[in-house]
Amino acid sequence: MSAVLPATVPAPQTPFRRFLEEFFDSKLATLGFALLAAIVLVALFAPFIAPHNPYDLAKLDLMDSRLAPGEQGLGGASYVLGTDGQGRDMLSAILYGLRVSLYVGVVSGIIALTLGALTGVLAAYAGGRVEQFVMRVVDIQLGFPAILVALILLAVLGRGVDKIIIALVCVQWAYYARTARSAALVERGKEYIEAARGLGLSGTRIVLRHLLPNALPPLIVVGTVQVAHAIALEATLSFLGLGLPSTEPSLGLLIANGYEYLMSGRYWISFYPGLALLATILAINLVGDQLRDVLNPRLAK
Amino acid sequence: MPVYVLRRLAQTLLVLFVTSALVFGGLYLVGDPVEILVNPQADQEERARTAAALGLDRPALEQYGIFLKGAFTGDLGKSFVFGRPALQVILERMPATLELAFLAMLMSLGLGIPLGLYAGLRPHGFAARTIMAGSILGFSLPTFWVGLLLIMVFAVQLGWLPSTGRGPTTELLGLQISILTWEGLRYALLPALNLALFKLSLIIRLTRAQVREQSLLDYMRFARAKGLPRRRVIGVHLLKNILIPLITVIGLELGSVIAFAVVTETIFAWPGMGKLVIDSIFQLDRPVVVAYLLVTVFMFILINLLVDLLYSLLDPRVRISEAKG
Repeated sequence: MSAVLPATVPAPQTPFRRFLEEFFDSKLATLGFALLAAIVLVALFAPFIAPHNPYDLAKLDLMDSRLAPGEQGLGGASYVLGTDGQGRDMLSAILYGLRVSLYVGVVSGIIALTLGALTGVLAAYAGGRVEQFVMRVVDIQLGFPAILVALILLAVLGRGVDKIIIALVCVQWAYYARTARSAALVERGKEYIEAARGLGLSGTRIVLRHLLPNALPPLIVVGTVQVAHAIALEATLSFLGLGLPSTEPSLGLLIANGYEYLMSGRYWISFYPGLALLATILAINLVGDQLRDVLNPRLAK
Repeated sequence: MPVYVLRRLAQTLLVLFVTSALVFGGLYLVGDPVEILVNPQADQEERARTAAALGLDRPALEQYGIFLKGAFTGDLGKSFVFGRPALQVILERMPATLELAFLAMLMSLGLGIPLGLYAGLRPHGFAARTIMAGSILGFSLPTFWVGLLLIMVFAVQLGWLPSTGRGPTTELLGLQISILTWEGLRYALLPALNLALFKLSLIIRLTRAQVREQSLLDYMRFARAKGLPRRRVIGVHLLKNILIPLITVIGLELGSVIAFAVVTETIFAWPGMGKLVIDSIFQLDRPVVVAYLLVTVFMFILINLLVDLLYSLLDPRVRISEAKG
């Protein structure tokens, strides 16, 4: 190596660029991210990609029901992943189901994050009895498994997209509240908060503009894991017949619809939607795992 | 300590009260059980008679009052569907759920601790990495879908194990237990494995994290420096210390296994409490739903309390202070 290497100009190191570099350091995480991006894109553009419209009942042909993957229907339409009991194209149903599942998971996650984070940060900021009370409620709720709490709520609320979102928010807010509080407690003792107080800024401004943004990284990590949980929970509840109505089949409902055909060997009706669900949750978990490592200050290089 | 336990029990009563009010109030707003219970051709008079017989014609608050009064004497109302005390219906199904939960915990611990121990002791080896990757996969697998796959492979394709239902039971201490005979166990294997899968990943990850943390501590170094055989260092010194946090998690997970049995029991048509409550929700059998929730919530609080107490007994560093609580 006698040749003189040209000095490479180092790219300006912004924190965001460093974050990206560290994130894509892991092959598994990169794969997870790519998979997640693909799934989100496919779900977003489902109406343009899907070969059939699974919601259009007029297009369904009962003669085409329960076709195996690859078989051709009577009308000449081919079904890559087969059809279900009503002659619905499984591939299209899965694409639309992904939309529903992602929508429910993300929306409930965002609402729960907002509510939980505000509660947690305010509790930490207020301290004293308010904090004690809020954290007690959080502790009690987290003592119960999510599925039980969601089951109680849905037994009471009934079925529907809005209802399952309410149930998922109620299940999740406590995780965010706990995380936000502990992050805020750490930040509260730091000098910049003292400085902000010294400047005479209002309490609301300090909480919203100074405390909350700095408590965000752990919340993002919890958020990814929770969205994966929410999607799995929604699928489980819909599978039990408690979640979404059958007019908007999420992946869980598609799997449930295939259950009765399983015993006769028609595996594809349940199998492929489950595979899509697995891929979604796995991709989110892989991204979340890496985010946790990258955003964790204790493991920083 | 007694003050602490008393405080927790008082809190338990409060939680039970809030749950019952919430569920009772909510269920009152959903649907009309009479619609489901009477013959669709029944006339107005017969409907009124059914409603009166079940006490459904009274105002909601009065119904709740009657329920509360009964609840204090251990009477949680009569099931609309079975016509027997709701609590009795639930307690009859409880052994089936508990034996499933027990078998599932046994499986996840029996596999999870050794695998986690191995992955923690040789964190960079190929096998350890495979175990950890497998545990991420295990976390991501939708449990109910795995249940369907298990039925598909082992019951439909291979025909090795029965797909649904519970096997013949034998009586033990007045309880109907099915897993004591091979024939009964055959029925329990698939549902228990299904229930164990998610916990397995959790226990592997937890054990591994504990092993890695503890291995760096001084007591481990001293034990090794003393020239103790590796088996003793790991089997006695390390295992003792990683078991303490594991017990907390096992306690909490036992509760969550019981709750999640709702899903597994539905898939495998296992006649436990979980399947009962799902059926009851659809049949609008309010007394059974309320009773199930109260019984499970009570079980939960009891498990949590026992775990806390056990924890302070096992680990002398943790002493529950009288002031806290």
